[in-house]
Formats: sequence, structure tokens, C-alpha cells
Amino acid sequence: MSQASRKKLLLMGRSGSGKSSMRSIIFSNYSAFDTRRLGATIDVEHSHLRFLGNMTLNLWDCGGQDVFMDNYFTTQKDHIFKMVQVLIHVFDVESKSINKDIEIFVKSLTNLQKFSPDAKVFVLLHKMDLVQIDKRDELFVIMMEKLQKISNPYQFKLVGLPTSIWDESLYKAWSQIVCSLIPNMNVYNNNLIKFNQILDAEEIILFEKTTFLVISSTTSIAQQLKQQNRSHLEDDNNIDTTALDPKRFEKISSIIKTYKQSVTKLRTNFHNLVIRGSKGNQFYIDVLTDNMLVMIILKDKEDETSYVNTHEELAVLENIKAARKWFEKIETTK
Amino acid sequence: MEATILPNPKDSNATILLMGLRRGGKSSICKVVFHNMQPLDTLYLESTSKPTTEQFSSLIDLSVMELPGQLNYFEPNYDSERLFSSVGALVYVIDSQDEYLNALTNLSIIIEYAYKVNPKINIEVLIHKIDGLSEDYRIDAQRDIMQRIGDELLDLGLEGVQVSFYLTSIFDHSIYEAFSRIVQKLINELPSLENMLDNLVQHSSIDKIFIFDVNSKIYVATDSSPVDIQTYEVCAEFIDITIDLDDLYIENENSMNDSETVIKKQELKSISHLSNGSLLYLKQMIRGLALVALVRHDENNSDLSLDSLMTIIDYNVSNFKKSLMKMWENSKLVEQPNTQNSELMN
Repeated sequence: MSQASRKKLLLMGRSGSGKSSMRSIIFSNYSAFDTRRLGATIDVEHSHLRFLGNMTLNLWDCGGQDVFMDNYFTTQKDHIFKMVQVLIHVFDVESKSINKDIEIFVKSLTNLQKFSPDAKVFVLLHKMDLVQIDKRDELFVIMMEKLQKISNPYQFKLVGLPTSIWDESLYKAWSQIVCSLIPNMNVYNNNLIKFNQILDAEEIILFEKTTFLVISSTTSIAQQLKQQNRSHLEDDNNIDTTALDPKRFEKISSIIKTYKQSVTKLRTNFHNLVIRGSKGNQFYIDVLTDNMLVMIILKDKEDETSYVNTHEELAVLENIKAARKWFEKIETTK
Repeated sequence: MEATILPNPKDSNATILLMGLRRGGKSSICKVVFHNMQPLDTLYLESTSKPTTEQFSSLIDLSVMELPGQLNYFEPNYDSERLFSSVGALVYVIDSQDEYLNALTNLSIIIEYAYKVNPKINIEVLIHKIDGLSEDYRIDAQRDIMQRIGDELLDLGLEGVQVSFYLTSIFDHSIYEAFSRIVQKLINELPSLENMLDNLVQHSSIDKIFIFDVNSKIYVATDSSPVDIQTYEVCAEFIDITIDLDDLYIENENSMNDSETVIKKQELKSISHLSNGSLLYLKQMIRGLALVALVRHDENNSDLSLDSLMTIIDYNVSNFKKSLMKMWENSKLVEQPNTQNSELMN
């Protein structure tokens, strides 16, 4: 395995800010309740996760008590901060000692600049569920402005995300983090668009198979395009994107994850799922490659008899089968 | 139909009376089963002060009446005679984590009275909150309670009374299982319904089939093979998942074309293949019911391909649905001459 496909992720933050809970929910199928049983992390807990076949995520979950923290920044600093691809710094929004939190953030930025200046930095404002709903945005903006100002001298571009283990924001944040590590995103996107041209679907979403993090989707590609050449596409795509639930990806992630867990009670795994919805929508969830799942949402355009519909079902599944070959090729050529 | 002998013909026999000592967990059961409340949230429920009634319209119209625990039913101003004679089932909740001797005395008094008023009443005892007991102790507790109630009833000279016992907890599916059994006893058409399901199972290589009430996850009928709690859980969760995914892409549509043509409602249907060759099948039936089946299919051992099997199942299930509709219409017709006022349910 080439060295480049190993990604080192540092998960840092003060003690009790929820680092291990996040990791357990996303990567070890814990439910939000189960995380109560997690004790304090001692020193650094390593986990190796295979992601999309040939990518390995080395997640370093760094215990946040001051004793360990001091150690990271002094004796172990070259060990910890060398060859880091991503730093994920978690802030507890309820924390009483914000200055101390920031001080540690600055310390890790200093070390990061010294040992791996190309790393990406993500800041998660965690436990957002404890803040009143109408104050969340405001708090988030203030915090991010402050943190960005602090990190300016270190030349890092911060990406800030509000999270909570009790809703879907956690999935959203982590899919953004993980997607930033996938090198050939463009190839995936191009293929996905081509696939959509064939199917003429309402939406196609790609998921990673074990974590159910969203890798790509047709709407997010369309949005990216729109941002790139805003003048062209401004008028026509507007309706589609605003009408749908903006949190649907994360919701789908958690729904399918629940399903996957419930099926294990029958000592098996799920293969595909076809839903003929009550309002004429059709949903297809199927395995695309060894590491990916695809979800396709079709909308009935005109009234059709049930016979046409059943044939269409088969056609879509055949199309998925045909697409499998192409997506498998992308995975192996990486 | 027994409907005629009731004091109020509108109360059909499908009323469940939920009783028990205070803090036994009656309101929590109601909230969890009928309102989809999270089990942990029931910690914050207030103590119930008035009898409350839940209406629950499924294959039968069911109402669950909950009585406050601290009530004395034998106060003269309380019309307990009418109450007991109008219900189909009496569910008594015993807190298994507490000292239950008081509850047992209370229960035997209630049974004696209820049985005198209405000999047809089904008496069900929920040995509740067993999640806090260890596996071995659960059996002991159940045996102890059954023994004591048997003795008490013998002393009262009521040895003929049938009492059913269930071990329940709101933190797993046992409470749904128990309620399913209790509700099933109140459905008059159950034997023929089960027969129909058995037929369906036989001719479609189905492993297990449930007719679920979608909102409460109570199954109103299943085929005659034994119920495996795991299969039940998976099937119940399969309904949730199907509905949740379906809802995600619906709401926006309402906001978008509310002025345009109303989208015709199709019946919900979903199929999921599992990696061991079996598949889960869901199809919407009448009155908020859904049919969920676990189909085992082994490509090597059967002469049918999966596609033709699916076609057969589809055909059989739609036949089943038709007969279900017929059955339901007929059951309405039987009731109408008895209950003079024909406003009934529609």
C-alpha cells in the first residue's frame, strides 16, 4: 500500500468535549445513548479504518486531560504532529474556560505549522444541542470569527462546523471531513453526472458502505457548479434545491444505518432496498461497489399502469448493475 | 355479537382497561405504544389523576382506558359495575422491581369483582419493568406471581378464571408483543384472518408474515408459525425505515404544488433483499395496516427464479388485500343490525 493512501487524522480537544463519542457513533455503530458508557480516553487511542477500499484512515483520538495535553505539546510533539493530513479540533460550546480551550488550539496550530504545514484544519463546535435554537447561528458565527482571527498568523484556512450527537449534523460534518481526503472526487462526480443523464433521476447519492457518510450527490455537484459560474445557472436550478429538506442526506445516513443494524438481528446484511413511495416517488438503495452504496430517487412523471412500473423497477436495477463496472474501475485505478 | 348486551352499544367490546397500583408504569406504556414516545422520556410523566382514554383505530376500533393507580374502585360513587361490563380486556400492570404483594391482593379483589360482573372479560397481567431484573430472576418472579395469584383465586373460589401473564418492559419489544397478543384476543375475525395468512404463507414460500398497525407497531395478526421476537423487531423497524425515507421526499412536494393537481396517493410498497438470499417485503393494506413478510429464497433449492417468485407474491398479496377488504366490509354489516344507530365508522 502506498504511503499516500494512509491518512492521519488528529482528533483533539479538551477533556469531555465529546471526541470519543463522535468517533464511536460514526465508526463503531454506537447510538447516541451508548456514548454515555464511554470513559475517559487514556493518552492516544488509535483506530485504523479502511475507507473506500484503498484509503486507510488512521484516527488518533487524543485524550484531552491536561496531563496528556501537556505531553503532546512537549515530549511527544514530533510523534503526534508529524505527517498529519487533518486536524479535527473539537470545542465544547458549554465550556466554562474558553480561553484555556483556545490556548490549546493555538498550541496545536503552532505545532502543526511546524511539522505538517499542509494539513487541513476542521473546527467542530460540539454539543450544539445544549444551545437555544435561535441563538445557535449567532454563537457559531462569533466563535468562528474569533478562531479564524487567531489562526490567521499560522496560515491555516479553518473550516468550522456546528455538531451534535443528537441530530444529523454529526454526519454532515464528518462527510465533509472525509470527502476532503478523497483525491479523485472529480472522477466520481463526472461519472455520477453521466449516470444521472441515463437515469434522469430526481437525485442520486453516493454513500460509503460501512459508515454511510455521503461521498457525493447530484444536487451537491449542481450546487458546486452553480457557485463556480454563478451567472449561468442562477435561475433554473433554484427551485429544486430549496424545496427539498436540506438535511436529507444526513437523515438518510442515519436511517439506513439503523436499518443495517436492525437487519443484523437476522444474522445477515442488507443488499438492496426498493421503495415505491406513497406519492409516486421511487427509492432504490443498492450496493454499487464493495465500498459504496448508491441511492436513487426517481419521480413518476406521468400516470402509468402498474405494469410499466414493475418493468421500470427492473430497468433501474439493471442500470445500477451496469454502472457498477465503471465505479469499480475508479476505485481500483486510484 | 355481544354488542347488544352492553349498557352502551357504542362501546364495542374492544376496550382495554389498564389498571395497576400507582407508579406501576401504566401511562408510560400508553405513551410508548400509542404515541411513539421515547422510553427514557417517560421518566418525566406526571402522575395520572383522571381516567384517560386512547382511541386507536385499526382493523378494529380499539380504545384503551387508563385508570389512575391511587383510585379506590369500590367507592359507591364510582360506577365500576358498568365499567367492567363494557370492557373486553382487563390489563393489570405489576411493577416487578417493587414489592408486589400489595399489588397481588389488589389484583385478586379486582378479578373477583370483574369476573362477577362480566365473566367474558379477558384478564391479562403484565409483569412489568423486567428490564431491571437479571435473566434468572425474571423466571422466578413470574413463577412466584403466578403461584400467589393462583392461590388467592383458589381461596376466593374462582379457580376457573383464565389469567394470562406477560413479562414486559418498555425498553425492548416485549411490551408490543404483549399488547399484540391482548389486542388479538379482541378481534372476532382473527381465526379466519390467520387462516388467510397461513394460506398466503403456504403458497408464496414466505417464512413469516405480520399484519402491523403502522402507528403503534402492534401486530393484529400473524401466521401460525411461532413468533420469533427478532423477526418481529426487524419487521417493525422495516416499517419505520420505509416511512421515514418516503417522508423525506414528500413534504417539499406539498409546499411546491399545493395549488396544482393533487398527487394521487399510491400504496406504499417496499422490498429489500438481504445478503443471505431472503428478502423483506412490505405492502400497505387498508386502515393504516401494513403487511410485512420475511421471504426466504434459496436460489439453489427452488425451481423458481427470484423474479417469478416476486410476481407470485405480488399477485397473492393483492388477492389477500381484496379479501381483507371484503372481510372488513362484512364485519361492518354484521354489527349494523345490532347497534341500531348506523353512524359507525367509515
